[in-house]
Amino acid sequence: MPDSQPEDFAADGGHGAVPLDGVPTALGEQPPSGEWPLYEVFVRGKRGLNHVHVGSLHAADDTMAVHHARDVYTRRNEGVSIWVVRADAITASSPDEKDPMFAPAGDKVYRHPTFYDIPDDVPHM
Amino acid sequence: MTVTDPAPDAAAAELQEQFDAVIARHDRVEPRDWMPEKYRATLVRQIAQHAHSEIIGMQPEGNWITRAPSLRRKATLLAKVQDEAGHGLYLYSAAETLGASRGELTEKLISGKQKYSSIFNYPTLSYADVGTIGWLVDGAAICNQVPLCRTSYGPYGRSMIRICKEESFHQRQGYELLMTMMRGTDEQRAMVQESVDRFWWPALMMFGPPDADSPNTAQSMAWGIKRDTNDDLRQKFVDMSVPQAERLGVTLPDPDLRWNAERGAHDFGQPDWDEFMAVVKGGGPCNAERIAHRKRAHDDGAWVREAASAFAAKGA
Ligand SMILES: [Fe+2]
Ligand SMILES: [Fe+2]
Repeated sequence: MPDSQPEDFAADGGHGAVPLDGVPTALGEQPPSGEWPLYEVFVRGKRGLNHVHVGSLHAADDTMAVHHARDVYTRRNEGVSIWVVRADAITASSPDEKDPMFAPAGDKVYRHPTFYDIPDDVPHM
Repeated sequence: MTVTDPAPDAAAAELQEQFDAVIARHDRVEPRDWMPEKYRATLVRQIAQHAHSEIIGMQPEGNWITRAPSLRRKATLLAKVQDEAGHGLYLYSAAETLGASRGELTEKLISGKQKYSSIFNYPTLSYADVGTIGWLVDGAAICNQVPLCRTSYGPYGRSMIRICKEESFHQRQGYELLMTMMRGTDEQRAMVQESVDRFWWPALMMFGPPDADSPNTAQSMAWGIKRDTNDDLRQKFVDMSVPQAERLGVTLPDPDLRWNAERGAHDFGQPDWDEFMAVVKGGGPCNAERIAHRKRAHDDGAWVREAASAFAAKGA
């Protein structure tokens, strides 16, 4: 590549090389005006399984969110049931996933079956 | 979901340490974790431009939906193009976990501040291009995307897993289309060869310039965002494509392409990087048309978005 073109490119976009330099990444330059609210989507893959978070989408209301979720996340029978919930209605444990909230579980090894020594010759245990 | 601000100096070192430990363990970084600003910016740029590529990527093939030669081919092409829309949406959703807003991303695409893959600035001149794009362009995308399933940012990796599952259909339908044409008339075989001649070099450009000209690659790899270098991925793609081309009965338009027994890999020529730069900078055959089309779709949809919002407000 000629020296006059110092920009870096990578196979960043899965469909091909895109520039790495001089691309804006700052947030909040424009307030999201009139944007549909964000919904989180949960799909039950099949009967007998829990609903699992699969991603998010924008929709004007709950009904549209379910329809969009079907089109975006279940085009190939990935699910038998969909939950959607507005992202701003979710309460999360903490900003940092690793905070003291989960620390109490750390020193309670006696809650796990492997804490207890049972001789190998005891059957069915 | 919000992104935490950089902590004050005292705690910053500890946060950085925690982040470094997660990367060192090959563990995943999740949206609510603290992360270095440059890591976040790199991800926003990469995920946003990846999303834009999927969205713009609908256009070249969408061009042929109304002219597909059979109902079977039309259904396949519709499903494929719809998947690309889905890929864009998975990725926009991943970018939003980093604090980017959807409207902002769309605006940056339309205004040309953020780019999309150069490959979509080439026209689809014949129906054979639908097959060639599936085989080579989606094939190259698979080479790029499979390693990204293990990328260090959780939401990005999860999007890539969904996308990779779908890409396999894209590549296979394209190759099958070309095989069908190769079993047809001399004219159809010539169409396939002509199409492969046009797309081979742009497909190789999809991996980006040689590693020596990619100063940011090392940092992205250290962060586990990028998993393989441009040259490694390009080599892999060439080695995969050569036997497929043979089986198909087409010639790849590179006089320097030959097996190197010593390396256990193919030697091949370099794409025209000046052309690549020109296309990325807006000088490709279709740059203006692609953006104009995306802008038109966005503008024409404004009343629908507003009406839906008004309807929702009435119901609330
Ligand atoms: Fe895609
Ligand atoms: Fe694809």
